[in-house]
Amino acid sequence: MNLEFGRVALVVLFGILPIIGIAMGLRAPSLRSRIPIFIGIFAGFIPIVALYVPKAFLSGETGMSSRLDLWLIILAAFALLLGIVNVVQNSSRKIGRREKGWPYAVVLLTGLAVTGSFGIYGAVTGHGIGFMPDGSSTPFKWVEDRFFQPLQSTIFSLLAFFMASASFRAFRARNAEASILLVAAGLVMMGRVPLLEFLAAPIPPLHAAAASASQFLGKLTEWIMDTPNGAAQSGIIIGAALGAASMAIRVILGIERGYLGLGKGE
Amino acid sequence: MRTGARSLAHIVNPLFRAPLLASLLLTLSVSAFAIAPETSSPAAPELPPAQDFVAKDRPGDSGNSILLTWKDPAGLPAEAKLQIRRAEPPAYEWSEIQTVKQGVGRYVDSSARDRAVYRYEIRVVSDATPDSAGIAGAVSAPLLSDPVTSKDNWFRAERSNSLIASILFIGIILGSIRYAQSGRKIFIRRIAGLNAVDEAIGRATEIGKKVFYIPGIQSMDDIQTIASIAILGHVARATARYGTDLDVPNKDPLTFVSAREAVKAAYLSEGRPDLFREDMVNYVTYDQFAYTAAVSARMIREKPAAIFLIGYFFAESLILAETGQSTGAIQIAGQADPTQLPFFVATCDYTLIGEELYAASAYLSREPVLMGSTRGQDIAKGILLLLGIVGVVLASFGNTWIADHLKTQ
Repeated sequence: MNLEFGRVALVVLFGILPIIGIAMGLRAPSLRSRIPIFIGIFAGFIPIVALYVPKAFLSGETGMSSRLDLWLIILAAFALLLGIVNVVQNSSRKIGRREKGWPYAVVLLTGLAVTGSFGIYGAVTGHGIGFMPDGSSTPFKWVEDRFFQPLQSTIFSLLAFFMASASFRAFRARNAEASILLVAAGLVMMGRVPLLEFLAAPIPPLHAAAASASQFLGKLTEWIMDTPNGAAQSGIIIGAALGAASMAIRVILGIERGYLGLGKGE
Repeated sequence: MRTGARSLAHIVNPLFRAPLLASLLLTLSVSAFAIAPETSSPAAPELPPAQDFVAKDRPGDSGNSILLTWKDPAGLPAEAKLQIRRAEPPAYEWSEIQTVKQGVGRYVDSSARDRAVYRYEIRVVSDATPDSAGIAGAVSAPLLSDPVTSKDNWFRAERSNSLIASILFIGIILGSIRYAQSGRKIFIRRIAGLNAVDEAIGRATEIGKKVFYIPGIQSMDDIQTIASIAILGHVARATARYGTDLDVPNKDPLTFVSAREAVKAAYLSEGRPDLFREDMVNYVTYDQFAYTAAVSARMIREKPAAIFLIGYFFAESLILAETGQSTGAIQIAGQADPTQLPFFVATCDYTLIGEELYAASAYLSREPVLMGSTRGQDIAKGILLLLGIVGVVLASFGNTWIADHLKTQ
């Protein structure tokens, strides 16, 4: 049996201690609500300490920090199973009660059953979910290529239309800020859209030396994106990074409990 | 060969054999002396060996690596390279581990094993330069290292600045929390998006429609998702208080489980477990655009009164927000990543920008401990701002001390 310190410590911290806590919590419900906080504290401290302490048991390839990431994947797999059960339960209930939009639930369950069975078939026959030995698609891959991918592309392509409608609303010059936005957006679009760049070709270049490489609008677009836009983005990023660090400290120290649904004094 | 010699002996008369051999030997020796100055290579220029070759355990690592450093000698041919060889137990035979170009000066041997004793040597090799025998591929005299072993270390010295900054930051946060706990009033500027939370839920209650809460598409290992679930707890408390229907569709399975626990706990803490339904927090799919299609369709069919888009979003942000906008719902979005923020600003009624997302929990609960941490965050931001200004001024005068010391590895 491999009894590496890191491996044993993880089992104790995230396996044995929570079980003891749950067992003790049967008598003291307040203790039960604290177990997730302790798990959060341990799970938060390990990667932070691993950042500064390079000891193999902590931050090596098979150290506690790396193993914790693996545990997350295993946990996610179990959670996915819960998700599938939830989808089946909700859709079945919707069909049973003939709720609004129940035919969509029929399509969903049919898709889940058909694609899932093709996946299981691939696993059982050993062909997997890619290609057959003769180079043809497995049933799973066939469904993915002919149904899933086109549908996915369709939804993604909607983005272009939504972008146009959102731009139309955002760029209406209602006040000074919106007017600045409108002008900046217009200039950036002119610099980025090849047709407009082509039409603007007669305008002399900003830098004579760069005439062949970039025109006036292209340079102006770069300046708008790099200087005012970059400065604003840096401000947001610095603020967000400090906010994230502050939030992480609150979670690790057990101060922030909102993500557990717990409030003041709980 | 022997057969050929014997046949020659049979052909040539024994009387002529001795003078013939003598003349043959003479001819050969003369021709040899005549050719020698033309065929022998000029004395090979000796390749200078590398200098200051040191092998040591790589500092601040998790073991299994040795750091080798050296200086290139002057006057190396342009094509010369440096060959690094290693002798390892138990046989201690030399084997090449890498040949590097000139000017590198360091090499990390990541194939070393902890606690094994190694010796390294470095030598200059040049394919174009002939060696003393006149054959191309000259090799300089090797330079040997002392015996060295690899081990894992206790501290990454190159991250000292980050550690000091983290300790200072934690100290400021804890100090601010203590300050808040002492009962002194803490000011947090008005955040319109968070003030609108109750207004949005109130509107949903009035018109008897659902509240949609979309916690992004990332998992619980993303801090924005954790912040989003914390806000979901507050929203769920409000919907539990008002008896408003809540719908939380999820893309990530871990987020789904966490969101369900948070909502369930919120309904319990408000004393309304009867209002909680398992299908309030539901799982949709793991695929980004399938999730987007499903949630958009539900928005159109069910026409919620309020939509919260808080968490980490990617390309689906605009599709969801525009669809929500078309249903006429009050939309409150929140994201810390600037790439998707413009879409939310353009389409939603209120947007929590950057740090506002993380301050939301404190702002909504008004809990002194959380408010204190927000104050600490602002103090840290002020210090960083000051450092930034001083650093820019100093750098403008050619002093990069602050910039150098703020670099992290």
